[in-house]
Amino acid sequence: MTYLAKPTLHHPNLPTNKLGFTHRDYEGSVSTLCAGCGHDSISAAIIQACFELDLPPHRVAKLSGIGCSSKTPTYFLGASHGFNSVHGRMPSVLTGANLANRDLIYLGVSGDGDSASIGLGQFAHSLRRGVNMVYIVENNGVYGLTKGQFSATADKGSKSKRGILNSDEPIDMISMAMNLGASFVARSFSGDKKQLVPLIKAAIQHRGAAFIDCVSPCVAFNNHIGSTKSFDYVREHNDAVNFLDVISGREPITTDYEPGTIQSVRQHDGSTLRLHKLAADYDARDRIAAMNFLQERQAAGEVVTGLLYVDPEAGDLHAYLNTVETPLNELDAVLVPGKAALDKINAGLR
Amino acid sequence: MPESIERTNDFVVKFANVNGSGSASANRLFARSILRMGVPVSPRNIFPSNIQGLPTWYEVRVSEAGHLGARGGADLMVAMNPQTWNEDIASIEPGGYLFYDSTKAMPTSKFRSDVTVIGMPLTEICNAEYTEPRERQLFKNIIYVGALAALLDIELAAVEGLLGDQFKGKEKLIAANVHALHLGNAYAMKHLDCPIGLRIRRADAVGDRIFLEGNNAAALGAVYGGATVCAWYPITPSSSLAEAFQRHCGRYRLDPETKKSRHAIVQAEDELASIGMVIGAAWNGARAFTATSGPGISLMQEFIGLAYFAEIPAVVFDVQRGGPSTGMPTRTQQSDILSCAYASHGDTKHILLLPEDPRECFTMGADAFDLADRLQTPVFVMLDLDIGMNERLCAPLDWDDARRLDRGKVMTAADLDAGKDFGRYLDVDGDGIPYRTYPGTHPKRGAFFTRGTTKDSRARYSEEGPDYVENMQRLLKKFETAKELVPHPVVRDAKQPTRFGAIFYGSTSPAMHEAVAALEAQGLHLDTLRIRAFPFHDDILDFVAAHDHVFVVEQNRDAQLRTLLMTEGDIAPAKLIKVLNYDGTPITARFILREIEKRMADANVVPLRKAVP
Repeated sequence: MTYLAKPTLHHPNLPTNKLGFTHRDYEGSVSTLCAGCGHDSISAAIIQACFELDLPPHRVAKLSGIGCSSKTPTYFLGASHGFNSVHGRMPSVLTGANLANRDLIYLGVSGDGDSASIGLGQFAHSLRRGVNMVYIVENNGVYGLTKGQFSATADKGSKSKRGILNSDEPIDMISMAMNLGASFVARSFSGDKKQLVPLIKAAIQHRGAAFIDCVSPCVAFNNHIGSTKSFDYVREHNDAVNFLDVISGREPITTDYEPGTIQSVRQHDGSTLRLHKLAADYDARDRIAAMNFLQERQAAGEVVTGLLYVDPEAGDLHAYLNTVETPLNELDAVLVPGKAALDKINAGLR
Repeated sequence: MPESIERTNDFVVKFANVNGSGSASANRLFARSILRMGVPVSPRNIFPSNIQGLPTWYEVRVSEAGHLGARGGADLMVAMNPQTWNEDIASIEPGGYLFYDSTKAMPTSKFRSDVTVIGMPLTEICNAEYTEPRERQLFKNIIYVGALAALLDIELAAVEGLLGDQFKGKEKLIAANVHALHLGNAYAMKHLDCPIGLRIRRADAVGDRIFLEGNNAAALGAVYGGATVCAWYPITPSSSLAEAFQRHCGRYRLDPETKKSRHAIVQAEDELASIGMVIGAAWNGARAFTATSGPGISLMQEFIGLAYFAEIPAVVFDVQRGGPSTGMPTRTQQSDILSCAYASHGDTKHILLLPEDPRECFTMGADAFDLADRLQTPVFVMLDLDIGMNERLCAPLDWDDARRLDRGKVMTAADLDAGKDFGRYLDVDGDGIPYRTYPGTHPKRGAFFTRGTTKDSRARYSEEGPDYVENMQRLLKKFETAKELVPHPVVRDAKQPTRFGAIFYGSTSPAMHEAVAALEAQGLHLDTLRIRAFPFHDDILDFVAAHDHVFVVEQNRDAQLRTLLMTEGDIAPAKLIKVLNYDGTPITARFILREIEKRMADANVVPLRKAVP
């Protein structure tokens, strides 16, 4: 970790995207997390995804709760408004923000303590409302900022750095998200940028509640033998069901793949998700089958990753509330019914 | 036996009913018919935490003089609930009247000798007229309204007019109700001694005043205040506020062409989520509010601290009820003053608005949004169950069409392009209020990170003591600025100079005015000041300084506003005399009169009239 200011100089020939932004334009300030922290890799993946999607950085709002993971929004998208709210309550703040302005992209960053313990309720309700957002849980199975206590996603029987065995059942956020009606559910690993970047891109383009559970080892408190959230454990047990290409708009498809190994899913914004199947019979659009598959592999001790479920036709909270297209925060001129209406109301109250 | 009470346009009728029996609309019809005769009434629902079966009361105070506070006691008891018979009979004033369903004979021991008993076989009449059980029950209520009209000299045309308005377009319903009304009226005329000593005489004392509930008025205030996002969690006595907002939005907040909603209402999973959504929406530039009561305020504390420290506007309507804990969930109190004024851990102070009636619920409801944006901080509108859930007569609602929403200090993309220096927590104007930007404003400038941790004036994370202190001092300065922006107190001088003053607020108003008039009639003079907001305006402290003894009249046990006055105004405790009503019933003029009379006597004030031989 460092207190040094980040240098603004960069190579004059850095590649730019369609908006003329370089990768640097999507960065934030220097991370104060531990060297090697999985969370920093996720921040880097977010930066990469936003750059590749040609997003205007200021049209993203990034929100978080409290904890190591929730500190990360400072370290990416420095030109975006950010909100580090209260512990476990990012989802409600994000929901409110989304209601106020449907035109921004909402990126919610949280951790396993923030979302599976103190914030389990808000996690659940934001998904079941279908808030249009990307909700990333940077999952390390441990409380980092308070130095190494188990979180609610720690596996039963896993060992803390101090040698204590966890006797509580873990909360599986993926299964919960599917149960609760999230319309895009993925799991990835902070150590696998190749898998993670397309997942984040696809989640951003998805309309509805997109949830990514990203296993992100804590190098300080949960990267030892006996932990099921360590780099080594996750690499050994990573069972990817698919990997993903995200094709925006009408870009030609250039690469060839074995027939029958690709599942194409068209999202509402015209983008296409091409899923390269690794598990031959896995259908990411079949929620019930996906849930069964997950339970089986989980029982076998595998960490299933990839795009696990997607409903490309999903609606979102604004659709359910039937709100106007114009963001609610731009309606000032038409909101007050005026004196004439009030006089009528008065007349009806006599 | 004392003389039967003989009074015109000045008495209390109390209905004792069973919850869920459909009596509420009949009782309301009774109250409104008196209003239609130009005589002010103030009705109050006294209801249990229950949907069906438990006792409920509806108390109608009739007062041509315009006293709208609760009086206490009952001159006529309409006893329709056997469960509460004994206490109902006991609450009748000596010389009062009892109206009851005499279908089943009652032993004489169940009556009082000093009360005129009027029995009418309501069940028998209903059973003879109707076969459907539901009809029997509902029309029984209308039949007793008809009988009461005969007993109290209420014009039937007034009741019929109201039925016509209520069931407009449903002629069958009008006819059926009018029939039941006449049935009761004719029976009473024929068999009972009509009218009794209590009478309604047509008057012209209502004027253009309107009759509505504070919660409904506050919801309208939110509409006129430009609120577009409402997040709430059901809790008595505030639920009807959010529901009224939903109703008004259906009428005034739809796009005229597409019929799509220009509002978003979310019933949240709890109060934490409600206030979180409000803060998120307000951070993003929409006007947002929640409605709750004491337990909700307790749950929201952490978030309120965030909104204070990160400077995010949020409007909270707190319809107060009896606490602590679940307390008396369907009874009234003013007991959230301190938990709102200082909500959250750490050093905080919040804006409170204290409406006295539905009209102020409307004006303060709308003003709250301007204040929250102008001051970038939470604003609490402190209703209570008494004004929130009861219809009250008040001046018509008014609106100036030239008024625009005051969004406060918001920097736009144009401002940023023009090179204006933006520092989120920079005190540019010296009033403690910084500028903010909405998310998504500008591609290059004006973005900042909002957090509950310490930061410097440019919103950069900081753990430095001086940054923290500078920020906390600026927040105090901002609170100082708020003093002039919030509604100022209302002072009323006594007819003669006096060393005595009284401070009160909120729903205590009508009882206080009535008590002061009664004291004055005895030659006891009292200057009064009604507090309408916190922070306290200098006039409040000047008022305290100008009197030797100041009564502080409140509806809570611990004299919460008095504590706030002592703390914020450095006032010696001995100077502020507590007058506290907190049994869950609305404060009455009788109570205030008794308490203040006694204390003034203790302070050796001889009423003028008694002093003169």
